Amino acid sequence: MDVTSVLFYVFSAILLISGLRVITAKNPVHAALFLVLAFVNASCLWMMLGAEFLSLTLILVYVGAVMVLFLFVVMMLDVDLEAIRKGFWKNFPMALVLGVVVLIEMLLVVLKNPLVTMSANSDPATNISNSNKLGWVLYTQYSYPVELASMVLLLGLVVAVALTLRKSEKAAKYQNISKQVATDSKTRFTMIKMDAEVEDKGEAQ
Amino acid sequence: MTYPNLIPVLPELFMVFMIIVLLLVDAFTSEKQKGANLLLTMITLIGCFVLQKYVDHGVTELTFNNMFILDNLAMGTKMFTYLFSFVAVLYIKRYVSDKKFQSGEFYVIFLFSVLGMMVMISADNMLTLYVGLELFSLALYGLIALYRDNVRATEAAMKYFILGALASGILLYGISFVYGATGGHLQLEDVLRSMLTLGDANAGLMTFGLVFIVAGLVFKLGLVPFHMWVPDVYEGSPLAVATIIGSLTKIAAVVFVIRFLIGGLVLLNPAWSVMLLILACLSLFFGNVIAIAQTNIKRMLGYSTVAHMGFVALGLVTVSVDGVSATIFYVVTYSLTALAGFGILTMLSKGDFECQSLDDLKGLSKTHPVMAALIMLVMFSMAGIPPLVGFYAKFKILAALLAAGYVGVAVFAVIMSLIGAFYYIRVVKVMYFEEPVITLEVADVCIFSRSVLLVNVALLLIIGILPSALMMYCNALVSG
Repeated sequence: MDVTSVLFYVFSAILLISGLRVITAKNPVHAALFLVLAFVNASCLWMMLGAEFLSLTLILVYVGAVMVLFLFVVMMLDVDLEAIRKGFWKNFPMALVLGVVVLIEMLLVVLKNPLVTMSANSDPATNISNSNKLGWVLYTQYSYPVELASMVLLLGLVVAVALTLRKSEKAAKYQNISKQVATDSKTRFTMIKMDAEVEDKGEAQ
Repeated sequence: MTYPNLIPVLPELFMVFMIIVLLLVDAFTSEKQKGANLLLTMITLIGCFVLQKYVDHGVTELTFNNMFILDNLAMGTKMFTYLFSFVAVLYIKRYVSDKKFQSGEFYVIFLFSVLGMMVMISADNMLTLYVGLELFSLALYGLIALYRDNVRATEAAMKYFILGALASGILLYGISFVYGATGGHLQLEDVLRSMLTLGDANAGLMTFGLVFIVAGLVFKLGLVPFHMWVPDVYEGSPLAVATIIGSLTKIAAVVFVIRFLIGGLVLLNPAWSVMLLILACLSLFFGNVIAIAQTNIKRMLGYSTVAHMGFVALGLVTVSVDGVSATIFYVVTYSLTALAGFGILTMLSKGDFECQSLDDLKGLSKTHPVMAALIMLVMFSMAGIPPLVGFYAKFKILAALLAAGYVGVAVFAVIMSLIGAFYYIRVVKVMYFEEPVITLEVADVCIFSRSVLLVNVALLLIIGILPSALMMYCNALVSG
């Protein structure tokens, strides 16, 4: 076995174990951290396939942005773990039966027809860099899905604002920019005349 | 560098343009001028309809590197989608303003969902199919959640969102297997071609992926056992949103399934038609039987949708031109029927009231005889009672099943429809033979919406008596 295969199995094993721990970890913060570990290993696998752009993007976007936000939310929210686990053992036998049935079905298909590996019809041995090539096909061959994805993002933006913005309530704070700009020292400072402090000898102990 | 041909995509481009215009108009108008949102939405839908007619040259056109297809099927089903969306807007506009929805956001998100349906209908690549599905589903989650002060609506949106995301994941997993097994193809014709050349070489991998694809697809249709979200979402969402989800979205969902299974994976046919057959029979059984126990009309209609989608799936099982055109006919007329049904319920919900319990309809014939008569016609059509269109739609599916040799299944479907007739007719019984519990008020809907509703219900009767024109049209969509 050469180094690449060894590395592949190491990364895959860690990926699978951490994936399993995401759903079995009792502490949600641990689960989120295991998810980060899974992402890092998946990114290593991509790196081995020669997809360095995707690999780094996975780290930057998912680990750097999404998971940090996720961890933040998990830590901020007071999640009642007992309420989530309630009914787990009641539903467990049913879930186990269904899971075993699905597993047997999968094994039947896989064992009956051996999975043939196919080589993709791409040629990685070119001098163009990965991101260059990706950018090229994204805006030519895949321009339609890219434009659609931008519409999905716009929709997400609109829905997020519509769900959180409450125009009518006093909780919402707005900036009145013209008022802010038109301000002067008189509205900012109020001069108060005060008598000078006189030391009170009698009570100061 | 060649530029893609933009002519076939004109309706989509117009829709995107108008969505952005609507967003800007909504941002710069005051509360009193919110009627502009409604007007712009209607103009958009009419404009798309006209443009769609304009780009129709009767030939199949592909553009954007074969990612976008405009064939007869896409043409016809998109026309129906615009038309039904327009009618739905007419039915729900009063409800939207009565219930103090943020009308700008509501209509923008609604138009986004229509855009998603358009993309799903004319996608010719698994990637575009998936992106269209996400656009469409995300818009629907948003529409339900927009009624955010209502606990049930929030719960329904959350449930729909989580289950929908799970189903999307399953679908993507299946697509990835197809991608691997065909050596890197996602375009539907390429998948078909590479399966022809590969023969049985990768049948295992393909079947493995197919199971996941079918699971993802039937979730969107709402077949048993992937139906859990349907009644909850119908019950939780406000009637205006239930009108949209319960009727016009079904057309796009069915075309989506047709594209995947008949457009791309037809060579795996014995495998998926058996799966669909079993799921369809389960849906017919559970949908009809559980609906009997419901006292909430929205929930009852949810289970009835499960049963109707079972019929739709039976039409696809035959994989014949007759079967598929019967499916299109079924889903179009079902949308028309459900549109009228939900539309009437929406109109009966005046102010903050939500007409959703079976008790609310008690004695409706005494207080609002016209509305009661309309509901009666809708219920009879859904039950499949002869002069109405529901009967003919069911008949065509059964005929296609018999022609394909599924005699036992056809008999089973008839028995299940008989059981289903019970709860439809119970609604009629409640309206005509019981005393009113509460006095329902009809929302002051404009005369135009009312007349459209009348025409809508009249169409159920007219198409039921003279179905051949629509049937021939559906046939041309499939075979042409």
